[in-house]
Amino acid sequence: MDKFAFDVAHFLAGSLVLVSLMLLYQDRLSALLNVFAFQAMVLALSVAWQAYAQGAPHLYLTAAIALSVKAIIIPVALHRMIRRLGIHREVETAINIGPTMLAGLGLVALSMVVILRVTAAADMLAREDLAFALSVVLLGLLMMVTRRNAVSQVVGFMSLENGLILAATGAKGMPFVVEISVAFSVLIAFIVIGIFLFRIRERFDSVDLEALDDFRGESR
Amino acid sequence: MKNWSALDVTLWCILALLITAVVAIAIGRARWARWPVYGASLTISGTVCAYSLVHLIAQPAVAWATVLPLGLPWIGANFRIDALAAFFLIVINLGAAAASLYGLGYGRHESAPERVLPFFPVFLAGMNMVLLAADAFTFLLSWEFMSLASWALVMTHHQEEDNRKAGYVYIVMASFGTLALLLAFGLMAGPEGGYAFATMRAHGTSPGLAGLVLALALLGTGSKAGLVPLHVWLPLAHPAAPSHVSALMSGVMTKVAIYGFIRITFDLLGPVAWWWAVPVLFAGAVTATLGVLSALMQNDIKRVLAYSTIENIGLIFVALGLALAFQGNGMKAAAALAMTAALFHVLNHSLFKSLLFFGAGAVLTATGERQMERLGGLLNRMPMTGLLFLVGSVAISALPPLNGFASEWLMLQAILLSPELPQWALKLLVPAVGAMLALAAALAAACFVRAFGISFLGRPRSDAATGAHEVDRLSIVAMAILAVLCLLAGIVPAVIIDAVAPVVQALTGTRMPVQTDVAWLSIVPIAESRSSYNGLLVFIFIAASASLAAFAIHRLASDKLRRAPAWDCGFPDQNPATQYTADSFAQPLRRVFGGFAFRAQEDLHMPLPGDGSPARLTVRLHDLVWEWIYEPVVRLVNVLAERLNHLQFLTIRRYLSLVFGLLVLLLLILAIRP
Repeated sequence: MDKFAFDVAHFLAGSLVLVSLMLLYQDRLSALLNVFAFQAMVLALSVAWQAYAQGAPHLYLTAAIALSVKAIIIPVALHRMIRRLGIHREVETAINIGPTMLAGLGLVALSMVVILRVTAAADMLAREDLAFALSVVLLGLLMMVTRRNAVSQVVGFMSLENGLILAATGAKGMPFVVEISVAFSVLIAFIVIGIFLFRIRERFDSVDLEALDDFRGESR
Repeated sequence: MKNWSALDVTLWCILALLITAVVAIAIGRARWARWPVYGASLTISGTVCAYSLVHLIAQPAVAWATVLPLGLPWIGANFRIDALAAFFLIVINLGAAAASLYGLGYGRHESAPERVLPFFPVFLAGMNMVLLAADAFTFLLSWEFMSLASWALVMTHHQEEDNRKAGYVYIVMASFGTLALLLAFGLMAGPEGGYAFATMRAHGTSPGLAGLVLALALLGTGSKAGLVPLHVWLPLAHPAAPSHVSALMSGVMTKVAIYGFIRITFDLLGPVAWWWAVPVLFAGAVTATLGVLSALMQNDIKRVLAYSTIENIGLIFVALGLALAFQGNGMKAAAALAMTAALFHVLNHSLFKSLLFFGAGAVLTATGERQMERLGGLLNRMPMTGLLFLVGSVAISALPPLNGFASEWLMLQAILLSPELPQWALKLLVPAVGAMLALAAALAAACFVRAFGISFLGRPRSDAATGAHEVDRLSIVAMAILAVLCLLAGIVPAVIIDAVAPVVQALTGTRMPVQTDVAWLSIVPIAESRSSYNGLLVFIFIAASASLAAFAIHRLASDKLRRAPAWDCGFPDQNPATQYTADSFAQPLRRVFGGFAFRAQEDLHMPLPGDGSPARLTVRLHDLVWEWIYEPVVRLVNVLAERLNHLQFLTIRRYLSLVFGLLVLLLLILAIRP
């Protein structure tokens, strides 16, 4: 692989990490969804570049799926959902932005150290890609842990999943069926979570998950 | 026509047993169901026993192996038969065949046959599978299969509170044992995951790890065999099952555990180190002594037998420990002697313990009583059972000319070789173990004098004992076969020593000298000048002198017989309660040993002069193993459960945080690790 292809792949994967960090400091839901859509677009670009660089045409399909489902369908649906729920202006505060960003940076550093140490023998592009992918996964998890709103948790989950797709496409020779099944499972998860959101809303007049805990008789 | 190996036959027989179990589910409630089920078990066990015997005698050096496409896809189910497996197959299926024959008669009185019949063949199949398994997965699966089937049999009469408790303790201990074995196999398989026994055998285990594996194997197999302090379930569970199943569990299933221990230590774990012997000898000696002391304190005849099983397991582990000690020092001949003694005792114990449990079952059938304090005088009412129980008692008390003496004598011969061991630790430990062995043997004799004397001699202590009748013929035949085998193994031990020689050869690298060539069927374990034993001569001498004495008495004194009222010591009320009771018989030994072994306390309540109320002697015994080990463990588990309980009720975000935190922690370890 020539230097240029490597640099572009590196650039796109790095951007994905950057966008993941951007997700962390969005405190309005509609802004969060927009950034998420942008992240999915970057992912689609990155996968498409991998398809070109690796000469693996089936990855174009993955890119198309990422673009259509994750960058368009899911964000639009979520936008409609929060509008119908009337929470599109809501500001949520779980843990302050500052510490969250610091934790995020720490996680990125951690994943770099781990991956670069563990996969010393692997292909250079795959190594860098895996390190970025792990960062995205960890940042998604961090988001799920720090946010209270169910919609932000869904976004955190989707972002985590984007990291998985990045990892899957970065490794050469990953079977196509794996990517398809991952994409499909995310769609299912999205539907299920969406239904749950409405159910929660119907019952508690809120999608703040703390309401569920109150209902179970738990104190914070 | 294909030439069938013992392995093929046994595997097909296991399938047949499983089919029998399925059929038994369908017909279990029918009154005649015991005939086809036990009949099939008898035939199948007999077949396996015969084929294994042929294998052991005709081609002991040959090992058949096969892989069936069952279990884990990339391993399959490995099965293998070699001399060791063949020997244990004989022991197990001999006991199984006897139990099936006994069950044909005994099963008539079973109140819930639909709970016994399906599990009985499954239990047999499980034990056979353990012996054939040649990879860790198959071994553990079969082991659990065996445990669960026997658990179901223990729970046959689950309406009784005690049986439910026994089943609970049993399943907890069985799970613990399997966990220990799982870890042991995991360590032996190593990081590459070589779970087939052939792989483990080939690459061995590093010495440091081997000690850990030995400890785990001792825990895992010891919990099934009944090593102190893992024995607590055994005296609860073995008596709870129907008597022929008790016989199988005590006489046979414990042997499967011993097989597991031998397989791991002598076969899979690589070269033996001498210090392995220390924990094994120690555990064995403590088990033997504590087992027989506990047996002496029991009044329930089946519990006496269960505790006596613990004692015998202790003896076998002592012999195995000796074999480890000698093997670790390269003293192959002595190791062969100790191993022969262990295997011989395995066979012997399976014979006489099954016989005694059958006898106890017969007593239970005839009187409905297990408490010795309510038996007595049964010898007149059940002469055949009484005679056969006596043979079993003599055999288990290690009196010549029966088989128990032969194997325990071999053990003591091995102990007498211990001064030749180079390590001082062993030089000092082994004679002490020998002394404890001798003590255990003497106490065992006292225990069975008590068990037989209180139950079968004297006068009946209850109406049930007065109205007892002899049991059915099939039960008698099953007991008689075992009694004859006990006698035969006792008077011609040379045959058995030579038959197990290939097994010993495979495990220790050498064998005892050929015994069947020695004149007059003597056995000479080391050298003629040192010691020899001739069971046949002892038998002939005992038989001749006893007949001579009987003849002389009959001839000289019978005609001078006159019947008169017995002297009543000036005490006219000849109530059966004035006889020795089981408790009073055990009192001297309880006073000597009970103080430190059970912290026995006797409280004597004497009424004041003029007060007509009866005097009262209360004895309180403490089960120290239970109080010092199990109760603290149970308390600890309860406290931890209490503390961790709130983890059940966290919020979703907290759970996610826990997972996230753990993930980050693991990644950190990966990052920092050198």
